[in-house]
Amino acid sequence: MSSSPVLLFVIVGKNEPLYEAEIDTSSSSSMAPSNSSGGAGGGGGGAGSPSQQQQQNELSTRQNYFVLHSALDLVEKSVYSTSNMYLRVVDKVNQQQVSTFVTAANVKFMLLHGGKGEEVIKNFFGEVYGYYVKLSMNPFYKYDTPIMSKAFDARVRAAARAYLS
Amino acid sequence: MSRSSSNNILDRPLGRVGGRSTDTTFVSLSAFAYIYSELVQYHQSRAASVSELERRLESAGYGVGLKVLEMTAYRTKEMKREIRLMSILHFVSSSVWKSLFGRSADSLERSIDHADEYMIIDYEPIASTFVSVPTDLGQLSADAYVSGIIAGVLDGAGFAARVTAHNVKLEEGERQGGGSGSGGGAGGNAVPGIPPRKNKAVFLVKFSPEVLSRDAALER
Repeated sequence: MSSSPVLLFVIVGKNEPLYEAEIDTSSSSSMAPSNSSGGAGGGGGGAGSPSQQQQQNELSTRQNYFVLHSALDLVEKSVYSTSNMYLRVVDKVNQQQVSTFVTAANVKFMLLHGGKGEEVIKNFFGEVYGYYVKLSMNPFYKYDTPIMSKAFDARVRAAARAYLS
Repeated sequence: MSRSSSNNILDRPLGRVGGRSTDTTFVSLSAFAYIYSELVQYHQSRAASVSELERRLESAGYGVGLKVLEMTAYRTKEMKREIRLMSILHFVSSSVWKSLFGRSADSLERSIDHADEYMIIDYEPIASTFVSVPTDLGQLSADAYVSGIIAGVLDGAGFAARVTAHNVKLEEGERQGGGSGSGGGAGGNAVPGIPPRKNKAVFLVKFSPEVLSRDAALER
């Protein structure tokens, strides 16, 4: 089974997610509507009706969020087991893996993916960390509040395409 | 709006990466002292008591501490966090102190009476260099701002702590024996034209119980 082309990247603060991005890496290679490769299981063989496909997409999106958020407990467990910021893969569900990066101020970057290389993800996190630190130097950005910056969003997406597609 | 594409904060470099501090952008001491005096006056006019004034200064420094923590950790380029109590204290008294004041703190001591208390000692605290506390403000320490920064760094890193600043009178000959500082010429950092200080700043760090129990668990 090929890995899902959809990546989910979330930044989690102390109490709430601060930033979320769903990144479709398949869009850069081909604009084809990827026949039912999304999500685990892949029940509907072949092309269903458009509404069915939409439902399928929504289901896998919800599933992605569920997997990612349920991995948070495992992150909390491993935060004090290593002094590295990069915690590697913390959780695996079916083909999906959750990689995590924790900054010095305990802000968590989490990426749901279908088995990318560790180094590649490390580089991606490294670049996003740079953007995050620069963003937090903005005197109008308060620590542990949702990130609204459009520039930040654009750069994270660009980095994801550059490293992860 | 038009400048946003070329002059965005996310596109600018984050300053020096590790190593020497020669090419850092410094803020001149006079500019800092001027702005800091305004800050103190602003809060003084709005605070009803000495403790409220100190609390206000601390909260002004707290946000700075959070930023300094991320910034300093990022600049080391090692992608490491501090998870142990002693290492975060060393991080504060050396790395953070260096990036803020250009030198390490003078000493880091553990309290004899209480296991959860540590002291960071600075003989020439920059925040109170130009401050003379009037008698009616009593025990006010103008370094409360710095203690707020320390609290921000520690809290951000997951070491909840109560940090307070205290002015402590120098013992006879305490500083002179250190070799670096007789008569205000200490380490190139003292301010010319100012008489030698009679006080040192002691930042008392009191960790909360859950931090200590977590650190004790890591010991094993």
